[in-house]
Amino acid sequence: MAAKFDMNDDSVVVVIGTGAGGGVLSNELAQKGVKVVALEAGGRYLPEDYVNDEWESFGQLAWVDPRTTSGDWRVAKDFSGLPAWIVKAVGGTTTHWAGASLRFQEHEWKAKTTYGDVAGANLLDWPIDAAEMDPYYTKAENKLGVTRTGGRAGLPGNNNYKVFEAGAKALGYENVHTGRMAINSDDNDDRMMCQQTGFCFQGCKWGAKWSAAYTDIPRGEATGNLEVRDHAHVARIVHDKQGKVNGVEYFDKDGNLQLQKARVVCVAGNSFESPRLLLNSASAMFPDGLANSSGMVGKNYMRHMTGSVYAVFDKPVKMWRGTTMAGIIQDEARHDPSRGFVGGYEMETLALGLPFMAAFLNPGAWGRGFTTALDHYENMAGMWLVGEDMPQETNRVTLNTDVKDQWGLPVANVHFSDHPNDIAMREHAYKQGQAVYEAVGATRTFPTPPYPSTHNLGTNRMSAEAKDGVVNKWGRSHDIENLYISDGSQFTTGAAENPTLTIVALAIRQADHIADELAKGNL
Amino acid sequence: MTNTPEKRTLTRRALLQQSAALGAIAVTGAGFIAAPNAAWALEVTAISEHQMVTLLQMARDIYPHDQVADEYYVVAVKGYDSTENKAFVAEGVAKLDALAQQTGAASYVDTKWEDNRVALLKQIEDDAFFQTIRGGLVTGLYNQKAVWPIFGYEGESFSMGGYIHRGFDDINWL
Ligand SMILES: Cc1cc2nc3c(=O)[nH]c(=O)nc-3n(C[C@H](O)[C@H](O)[C@H](O)COP(=O)(O)OP(=O)(O)OC[C@H]3O[C@@H](n4cnc5c(N)ncnc54)[C@H](O)[C@@H]3O)c2cc1C
Ligand code: SF4
Repeated sequence: MAAKFDMNDDSVVVVIGTGAGGGVLSNELAQKGVKVVALEAGGRYLPEDYVNDEWESFGQLAWVDPRTTSGDWRVAKDFSGLPAWIVKAVGGTTTHWAGASLRFQEHEWKAKTTYGDVAGANLLDWPIDAAEMDPYYTKAENKLGVTRTGGRAGLPGNNNYKVFEAGAKALGYENVHTGRMAINSDDNDDRMMCQQTGFCFQGCKWGAKWSAAYTDIPRGEATGNLEVRDHAHVARIVHDKQGKVNGVEYFDKDGNLQLQKARVVCVAGNSFESPRLLLNSASAMFPDGLANSSGMVGKNYMRHMTGSVYAVFDKPVKMWRGTTMAGIIQDEARHDPSRGFVGGYEMETLALGLPFMAAFLNPGAWGRGFTTALDHYENMAGMWLVGEDMPQETNRVTLNTDVKDQWGLPVANVHFSDHPNDIAMREHAYKQGQAVYEAVGATRTFPTPPYPSTHNLGTNRMSAEAKDGVVNKWGRSHDIENLYISDGSQFTTGAAENPTLTIVALAIRQADHIADELAKGNL
Repeated sequence: MTNTPEKRTLTRRALLQQSAALGAIAVTGAGFIAAPNAAWALEVTAISEHQMVTLLQMARDIYPHDQVADEYYVVAVKGYDSTENKAFVAEGVAKLDALAQQTGAASYVDTKWEDNRVALLKQIEDDAFFQTIRGGLVTGLYNQKAVWPIFGYEGESFSMGGYIHRGFDDINWL
């Protein structure tokens, strides 16, 4: 049923990357009758292929092509070649993701207006707002089957959640629940309900968690309008004399360079690869890379303020049982500068298996201070802290021409340093997280440093004015009218919430816009 | 791990003949290292017995878990017995031993208290040698499926139908 398009067919929309942004956009366009070729660097894996073993799964799914790091973030020291923990596969990082699906709060669309001038931060209001996004959020929630929305029940709480909830209540927090999750609490949309197996990060073997890999991708293919080519690594986007993009060059399965012609190109390679691709596509006409007249391509990289708190109790918790992210405290998500920082953060339960706990609890640590924590692994509970970080122009993705990937292409260097606001928020979040567990009798707590980035945002940001960003309110590049950005790199600011619901809502909205523009003959 | 009956016999006999036990680990000569209780034995070919024993002791001192038997640490470090690692290991162990000798001990493994050995390791903490051994242990030790039950970790649950009917919410002390 899947379509097969000719390399010289210049009527197709080419989508680069098949994750939350690209996978959804491809299907939405295909459903509207638009012909799409989606190019994905990774391979195809389905629930039967997923491996419920942390390192083996990492080997199967993770993006491990070379990248380099700089800046004073600890990831650059502990995981210098692995700035992000994201996926290279059909479906992108929606295979890995935990499923937390939250809408932005209204004020977060207008960070600059709400927070005012923050020294050293490059804040900007989104050119869209909550009212405009509301119908798209509803569509996204229905697509993903998000619990506690659209009449869908919440998931039951596991052991890790129960400890967290008891601590939250003891502390006086009120907005505590098992989350709005893209995980079925009941059979829904031809997918079964969550069996509480506890390997959400390794790909859900039951298909209970939404992933583009086994929903949007095959559904798009079933229309006959979508061809997904896996093991297709895009090297460059090419353009005509007028400066309109007209094709993409990619390395196929066998390492041969191919040229797929295109009417429209949509870039959705996640926030490192998307700017890297624009920069690697520099030409005589666009010497600084495509869509980069503002100089903003790659800048304002955001990764969310993150950190974790683990705690040991005198009795077993067995946190690994059940959903990896099993609940949330939202009381600290508000904007309340009296806490010493702008923006807010969410607290979400998180569990790691023993192998990942050993790697991430306190990277580089050794000796009994470290091992006595792991000795009580069975008695551990854990949470992840995720909040709004400040966009800074100096936090950016650039090309590292000294290091080449397997295709001979310069790799992305990721430079990141925390803003003082990020640090103040993290300190507050650690303190509150530790207090949650201490309130239920934790005998020891661990303020755990950020992992390699899972949320990557902002490197092709959306702006009302061309000088402030890379794309307009539709994700359409300011400079090149048939070039779109369709992933998290469009984010103007990051908000406190996990980003994927917003990436999906923006992709649905962008599909409407592109189909409309095509119908009007504007593309 | 080389752990055939023949070698066990050999190491037992060797053990009886020699009393070269270092800490909980014995060098038996003839390229073999064995536990004093003969629970495991390891043959070294490229690096020396002393060097392998040092790596084992380092592994125990870097990630000490008293409930985890030596044999799991052996699995985590035995890969260093290779020609490509020979010079690297020799150099690292020599430096560690030299530091131990400044404290009056014969070697690092001859340093009796863990605290004193840890003090020696602290001095080489930033060396590539230490960092390689430590980094390798993170997966070499904790990613052994056989080690997981010692920490209570249950591993995959898909084959048993998840925890939905097997205690995902069975906490009883809150
Ligand atoms: C462990 C983990 C847990 C997470 N949990 C949550 C959560 O609970 N809630 C939430 O909202 N978010 C979560 N996330 C984040 C979420 O997965 C991402 O926000 C989302 O998938 C990003 O979508 P994207 O389209 O930008 O990129 P991706 O989904 O990463 O897709 C990008 C795709 O592009 C491909 N690609 C890149 N470059 C090229 C190229 N040159 N040619 C061809 N293909 C290319 C990649 O291989 C990849 O498949 C989590 C992430 C991780 C890692
Ligand atoms: S806990 Fe639920 S959602 Fe997570 S992997 Fe298991 S079945 Fe899937």
